[in-house]
Amino acid sequence: MALKGNLRDFTFSQLLNLINLAAKTGTLVIEGSSDIARVFFRDGKLSYAQIGAEDSGLAAILQRTNRISTSQYRILAERARMMSDKELGLLLINAGYLSQQDILDSLTQYIVEVVRQVFTWVEGFFHFETDEITPGGKIPVRIDLENLIIEGTRQLQEWEMLQEEIPSLDMALKFTDRPGANISNMNLNVEEWRVVSFVNPQNTIRQIGQATHLSDIDIRRVVYSLLQAGLVEIIRPGGGPVITNRMFPTENPDEQKSLVNRLIDRIRTI
Amino acid sequence: MQTVKIVVTGPFNAGKTEFIRSVSEIDVVSTERKISLEEEKVKETTTVAMDFGRITVDEDLVLYLFGTPGQKRFDFMWEILSEGMLGFIVMVDSTRSETFREARSILETFHAYAPTPYVVAANKQDKEGAWDIEDMRLALRLDPTVKFLPCSANSKEKVKSVLLELLYSILAEMDKNQPGKPG
Repeated sequence: MALKGNLRDFTFSQLLNLINLAAKTGTLVIEGSSDIARVFFRDGKLSYAQIGAEDSGLAAILQRTNRISTSQYRILAERARMMSDKELGLLLINAGYLSQQDILDSLTQYIVEVVRQVFTWVEGFFHFETDEITPGGKIPVRIDLENLIIEGTRQLQEWEMLQEEIPSLDMALKFTDRPGANISNMNLNVEEWRVVSFVNPQNTIRQIGQATHLSDIDIRRVVYSLLQAGLVEIIRPGGGPVITNRMFPTENPDEQKSLVNRLIDRIRTI
Repeated sequence: MQTVKIVVTGPFNAGKTEFIRSVSEIDVVSTERKISLEEEKVKETTTVAMDFGRITVDEDLVLYLFGTPGQKRFDFMWEILSEGMLGFIVMVDSTRSETFREARSILETFHAYAPTPYVVAANKQDKEGAWDIEDMRLALRLDPTVKFLPCSANSKEKVKSVLLELLYSILAEMDKNQPGKPG
């Protein structure tokens, strides 16, 4: 084993720097608090990356990067089960579905995304194996590390700032009782609106992130922007049921009826 | 704190944002942008994601009013918005018959997402060139049982009456689904 240690002593970006400068070939395995990432290098360039048990087959990557539809993915996953990524890639190129560049772009996008996730890991163990290269059948790419290191360092700083502002994802959100004067001029993007539709004292930020398919850093970013805009406040979760899209907060028909009657009484008095 | 929501939908420029603004206790959080397509330049700005307003009922209950984006190309938001709604209101511009077909299609789409009670509001009934309510009902192919209400989205009283009619429909639906208790 060439190198092993703890992320507290060597950050991921420091490790990438080292691999880049020494033009190393091998695999960096990082055991984070909830997942294991494998990042592959050839001559100091990033060649492949996988995280946890996530499906990292070519078909799944093409679907995740919107090169193929969900139904096309299902067909490929079923029919090309026994094919390696290289074989599947060739088949798609020869059939004229995708170009070689489409496939490489998708892979690059996916691999960079995996590495970006790992940049936010501050706890965990790593080891670097010099004799391990890109897994068989996978399509390697060549991504320069310099830009990734700069971006990752910025991302780590952002992550630290977000962690300071939102120390726990187990807190809930509520709409501000007295929104600021600028609220009517606020423009929210689609992600922010998705989060807004789940704001409720009973939903933790983590649950909202899961329901809206946002990673930890992305849900923190969205919540931070909503906090900065003065639209929401962080509160202790109200307990009770987990995130839900039910019509009524109660299952009891009498309580549901009473709730509608309360709404009617209130609207009459507006 | 319990929260419930009602969705206000309808074609582009039907008056959804104004409807919510008339009764919301907070400034409506709106995502209005300058309109880019020539054919849609009936007004200067439009809602690109959704609006939402709030009515606090008491310390335990809040009603949110969500307005959908009017332009067809943002209809990917509709399904998200329809999740968990108590009911929905379809706004139709009484002065623009060319939007009736789209209003009908929006109504059907939302009803397919969630078969909750709904009412249809004929907005801009106070404007010149507004279609007669019964003619609109025919043009929209609304069943006689569907509540079709005259409305002016800038009038709080009219907006209140549309909301109340929807809530009465929700109550009626609950009564229908819950057999009466022995007296």
